[in-house]
Amino acid sequence: MRKLVVLGGGAAGTMVVNRLSRKLPPGEWDITVVDKGADHHYQPGYLFVPFGYYNRHDIVRERRSFLPDSVRLVLAEIDRVDPELKQVLLTDGTELGYDYLVIATGVEPRPDQTPGMLGPEWRKSIFDFYTLEGAEALREALLTFKKGRIVVHVTETPIKCPPAPLEFAFLLDSWLTRRRRRLDTTITFVTPLDGAFTRPIASQRLGQMLKTRGIELETDFVTERIDDEHKSLVSYDEREIPFDLLVTVPVNMGADYLARSGLGDDLNCVRVDPATSLSTAHPEIFALGDTSNIPTSKAGSVAHFSVEVFVHNFLEYIEGRPMTASFDGHANCFVEAGYEKAIVLDFNYATEPLPGKFPIPVLGPLSLLEETRVNHLAKLAFRRLYWSALLRGRPLPITTHMSMAGKHVPTDLAKGA
Amino acid sequence: MPTTTLAGHTVDVNEEGFLIDPADWSDDLAAVLAAQIGITLDDAHWDVIRFARKDFEATGESPTIRRLSTAGGIPPKRFFELFPQKPAKKLAYVAGLPKPRGCV
Repeated sequence: MRKLVVLGGGAAGTMVVNRLSRKLPPGEWDITVVDKGADHHYQPGYLFVPFGYYNRHDIVRERRSFLPDSVRLVLAEIDRVDPELKQVLLTDGTELGYDYLVIATGVEPRPDQTPGMLGPEWRKSIFDFYTLEGAEALREALLTFKKGRIVVHVTETPIKCPPAPLEFAFLLDSWLTRRRRRLDTTITFVTPLDGAFTRPIASQRLGQMLKTRGIELETDFVTERIDDEHKSLVSYDEREIPFDLLVTVPVNMGADYLARSGLGDDLNCVRVDPATSLSTAHPEIFALGDTSNIPTSKAGSVAHFSVEVFVHNFLEYIEGRPMTASFDGHANCFVEAGYEKAIVLDFNYATEPLPGKFPIPVLGPLSLLEETRVNHLAKLAFRRLYWSALLRGRPLPITTHMSMAGKHVPTDLAKGA
Repeated sequence: MPTTTLAGHTVDVNEEGFLIDPADWSDDLAAVLAAQIGITLDDAHWDVIRFARKDFEATGESPTIRRLSTAGGIPPKRFFELFPQKPAKKLAYVAGLPKPRGCV
């Protein structure tokens, strides 16, 4: 029996074992998934919790129910990986040997990394919505917040679901407006990036959306600490931004066992070949999903598309053949705009998000970079598809590789390309 | 692709003036690039630049503020003093490395 161990039973790990267990010859492979918790969270749903659109029951399911019966699920903490002995050591002393290892333990918000964040104001006037507990606590805080300064803050990039903080700001604007509390509130969006978003056209479009909503934008803000006594954010270049309510996205880091194993970069993410997700250091180790260091969004769509490429390649790799598929960095994000509208971003390593139309059966075509109600409905519909199709490895009507069909290429970009 | 003449050499640069090929870079060029963004290089700058060049060779990436701090031992506060406002971007520019990737 050959052994495959998958660390992490989230979106990427679950898709890997569902797809591989159907393709690998039965009886020849022993597949184990290791995760620390019994619950699988639909992480994109956290965004909606503070506004009362979703609650815990909408976004939490039992992890085991999404894994094939033939796959063993071990609920345990990982102590470290020993790539030389090809072993995973669990904190309870168990050793799991592997022939191949897939690392898919994602990234987690780390408020402990910023001085002052976990002080007396944590979950009192400082909240995160990248955990279910944080999102639920923030819902209570928003309900009782009367007036003042709300600051939406990104501590450091990269973060998972990069548009989520912008979506939070848009939803907050719309939520407060409907409750007739928007006039008593200022909203400031604080980012270490030099604009609202990363790549130029999307950054300009999203920056414009902040402007029309009267949301202030503070850029190039690299956070040194939070002054919890004066309730303000302090940057390394000594700017201060006061808040009454801070909604922060803490530093996102991979799990600490990766650092202990010598497998992580500065943020405990695993260096891989961007085309194949194979570790650059160890030929038996792949990293998929948020925990890899590939230069595209840390997002469920990227996990999905890169897992499809991985499965194709893995079947070749274990036969000793060269891997023939190549991941292009395709990401596809539905960005909530508030007022029951959303925009769609579709891009890859080489092509930035462009305006135009996105072909998709039944609902489509969807409008790229343009606020529409259909985009919003598609985003909400995705939650059901996530549980019923995506995790189980059933086909979705979106191509693995990015398509240029329907996209408008600005003339100056077309010339430069 | 635009070209520019710096310190007597013609080099390929991108639309923001970053060198296309890190191998075109030299110590003379660094001083010229730094002067263009209002920085006069002293020993402290050079320590950072040499770390960035070495780290790029090892990782293939321009160092971030975090990388400078954890692997290079240069505290962010100090880095901001040496290369004000946008330190990682300015360092990459002067060191002839690609603009740090905006992580999407």
